[in-house]
Amino acid sequence: MSAQEYAFAVLALVGTAAAFRLVTTKNVVHGALYLVVTLASVGAVYLVLAAEFVGWVQILIYVGAIVILLLFGLMLTKAPIGRETLDNQQRGLAALVALGVLAGLVFLIHGAFRLADAPTATIRPVSTGEIGESIFGGFVLPFEAISFLLLAALIGAVVLARKDES
Amino acid sequence: MIRIPFVLLFSAALFSTGVYGVLARRNAVLVLMSIELMLNAVNVNLVAFAQGMQDVVGQVFALFVIAVAAAEVGIGLAIVILIYRNRETINVDEVNLLKW
Repeated sequence: MSAQEYAFAVLALVGTAAAFRLVTTKNVVHGALYLVVTLASVGAVYLVLAAEFVGWVQILIYVGAIVILLLFGLMLTKAPIGRETLDNQQRGLAALVALGVLAGLVFLIHGAFRLADAPTATIRPVSTGEIGESIFGGFVLPFEAISFLLLAALIGAVVLARKDES
Repeated sequence: MIRIPFVLLFSAALFSTGVYGVLARRNAVLVLMSIELMLNAVNVNLVAFAQGMQDVVGQVFALFVIAVAAAEVGIGLAIVILIYRNRETINVDEVNLLKW
């Protein structure tokens, strides 16, 4: 194992543990903070994979914006504390389904790659310029569609959350 | 050098944790957080394959997914706040007006 794999293993363990705590915690605000840990470790995984632009975008958008938005959502709604009010009665069934999904994915990954001659992600840093050339070269139409989607979402959120005057 | 299957296993763990959260949680905001977990798992896969195949397109797709996730969480929270204003609860079990 290389140094990058050790760093990745530590980050993956931290991220998975925080994600597990997020779905089992009794306090919703703690859940948001565990989400921060998970998202930050995913961002760090991108950095270890030498995808630095995506890594910093992940930190900026997810940790900086989406978590703050979710925290506002928690504050504007009543957030009771306690497992019974946060979880429904199908916890065992949900765990079964999740374990089934995990087993299926692990089986597929195990079948698709053998670890001995597994493909490796070489640490070749991708410059932001390359990503920009790709977005504004071949992907300019999807980029415009995404910007239109964001505009529509912005207007939609304002219209939905606005107080009704009547 | 990182072997791709390790990254895929991390992504699989994140995704199934998100599946559990969506199915087991009652609080709508926690359900949204679990959906974010699943979207992140997809992004980890995209970036891992982009680096494995030395192709920048995977990273571009990851950026698009992040943008769509931002739009999704904005609309989702607006709907949650609207439900809270009308029903005084964001318990997804109790919002069953359209349930057959």
